[in-house]
Amino acid sequence: MAAITVKNLFKIFGKNPEKALPLIEQGKSKDEILDETGNTVGINDASFEVKEKEMFVIMGLSGSGKSTVLRCLNRLIEPTEGTILIGDEDITKMDKDRLLDLRRKQMSMVFQNFGLFPHRTVADNVEYGLEISGMEKEKRKEKAYEALEIVGLKGYEEQKPDELSGGMQQRVGLARALANDPEILLMDEAFSALDPLIRADMQDELLELQAEVHKTVVFITHDLDEALKIGDRIAIMKDGYVVQVGTPEEILTNPANDYVKAFVQNVDRTKVITAQAIMRKAPTVQIPKDGPSVAIRNMEKVGVSTTYVVDENRHLKGLVSIDDAIELKEKESRDLNEILNRDIEVAGPDTPINALLTKSLQSSYPIAVVDENSKLLGIVDRATILAELNENGSAETESDNEKFKLSNS
Amino acid sequence: MIDIPVGEFFEFLINWLTNNLGGFFDVITVTVKTFLTGIENLLLFPHPAIMILLLATLAWYVSGKGVGIFTILGLVLVEGMNMWDGTMETLALIITAVFIALLIGVPLGIWASKSKTVENVIRPILDFMQTMPAFVYLIPAVLFFGLGEVPGIIATLIFAMPPAVRLTNLGIRQVPEEIREAALAFGSDSKQMLFKVELPVAMPTILAGVNQTIMLALSMVVIAALIGAGGLGQPVVEGLQRLDIGLGFEGGLAIVILAVFLDRVTQSLGTSTN
Repeated sequence: MAAITVKNLFKIFGKNPEKALPLIEQGKSKDEILDETGNTVGINDASFEVKEKEMFVIMGLSGSGKSTVLRCLNRLIEPTEGTILIGDEDITKMDKDRLLDLRRKQMSMVFQNFGLFPHRTVADNVEYGLEISGMEKEKRKEKAYEALEIVGLKGYEEQKPDELSGGMQQRVGLARALANDPEILLMDEAFSALDPLIRADMQDELLELQAEVHKTVVFITHDLDEALKIGDRIAIMKDGYVVQVGTPEEILTNPANDYVKAFVQNVDRTKVITAQAIMRKAPTVQIPKDGPSVAIRNMEKVGVSTTYVVDENRHLKGLVSIDDAIELKEKESRDLNEILNRDIEVAGPDTPINALLTKSLQSSYPIAVVDENSKLLGIVDRATILAELNENGSAETESDNEKFKLSNS
Repeated sequence: MIDIPVGEFFEFLINWLTNNLGGFFDVITVTVKTFLTGIENLLLFPHPAIMILLLATLAWYVSGKGVGIFTILGLVLVEGMNMWDGTMETLALIITAVFIALLIGVPLGIWASKSKTVENVIRPILDFMQTMPAFVYLIPAVLFFGLGEVPGIIATLIFAMPPAVRLTNLGIRQVPEEIREAALAFGSDSKQMLFKVELPVAMPTILAGVNQTIMLALSMVVIAALIGAGGLGQPVVEGLQRLDIGLGFEGGLAIVILAVFLDRVTQSLGTSTN
């Protein structure tokens, strides 16, 4: 079951939103509706699902409705129409008490400008959610200290928020959101107010943290690079519509329309496309089962001069070349271990393409892509990497290329 | 020209109130009088030297060494001018008036911050209270509460209350939207929102209002003395009537010393919570 299901969500700001709804159905634009009724369309028929324990990023420029969508998820903003299921419960139909309970136990939120309470210490800020749900002082203090330790703020518990740097303040915000151990974390442009270096650090830390705590995270950002970096899946919004929902790969390789395409063009794809996306199946032989004859036949069949050697669990052992295999066969030996070449480059499935390029230049063989148990997943050869880089080359480098050509004279 | 009988209207209104709500005003008179006497006795009970030390310690602790030393020197001078009893009477009167003003003003300010309508209704009333010359309050105050300290306190609190209402309202309205959202997102109900978030965050602004209320109350001391409220206004009024320059100055100087003490101490309270 999805953690959050949003179905046909509308939010119309202003008086008499019911006047604007039929106009939307007639397909009138945001501006036309504003002119005719004075109402602003915040969200226009948004539908999407957030899977359990996934990092779901909603990306869009200001005015796209992304923050409004987020605030509908905990009803800081009341939706005009539509359903929002948290698990299988419709939050739009919850009474006040159930809603308070949901906000206290199941969901928490991190804010762009941190939203810390200036009159409370760091620990008291983190305790806030537990305090108002009636947990006793000793216990909630303990939980607050634990949460602060997780975000790396041990020792700062009794300081006031304004004594901390921006990055540290946002860690307090994060600790406060984690303290009540919610299922769902709503993050509203959580890193947008931080300077770029701190921001990149926080993104990395969020990913590490997520690997430990496994929350369902809905993350709002206006920054596509950030979205691609941290999102398992991304929803792109424009003018209140959800334009596309997909994995970073899908968004990049298959933008749904010109708007998304225009966005995607500015992204440095070398940081985003990973080994996993461009690897192909590796020709393999399995030891100790296979000997040189099988290796030679396999290589001849697919027309390559090397093949990868794996054990019965597909753990990568090395590679053999066709010349060595023929020599071994002539010596009438069966053991491929004798000619095993272990001098090959390996990479993880998430290695970005720019790192792959460096590796491929250091080796004359294709790069083997393995998982953390050295299980062979596939290979990437230099030609593929170069082709990928070239395909994604921006207009700028293309015109650069035109400058350098053979002389005609 | 047309003749609008505004004066007659107010006269009629005040007379009607005096005749019909006399019992109500009597209850207020007795309550306020009891409260005031209690505080006055409390302030006059210790020997002036002990009281001076207590107040100076408070000033030192809250606002620092300078204000502490000023308090000692200033209050010794007050005692030396034979103004001690008058000063404590005035202090008691101000404490009573400000206490009642806050008791009414802060909740009104909170209410105004929650409702645009309430704010719109209250604002002109506050303007009226603050700009109407204070002498005008004295007439109905005397009619309702007789002569003495109580009408003085009532006139004072009407004049001094507006900043408490205004700055409470302003302080709460100025709580950043994100902080309010954070409080809501973690599941605060409206009571928790007010007492755990809005009031504490607004506190420096509210205390600035308290400071202004106290200062306005002090400025009413002399006027209230015209209807027999006593205290430090008395020597000033007497000095004016008898052209006694010395007496007038002594009373005035004691008011200034009390004002500086109250201002510095309450101001520091406001900034230290920030």
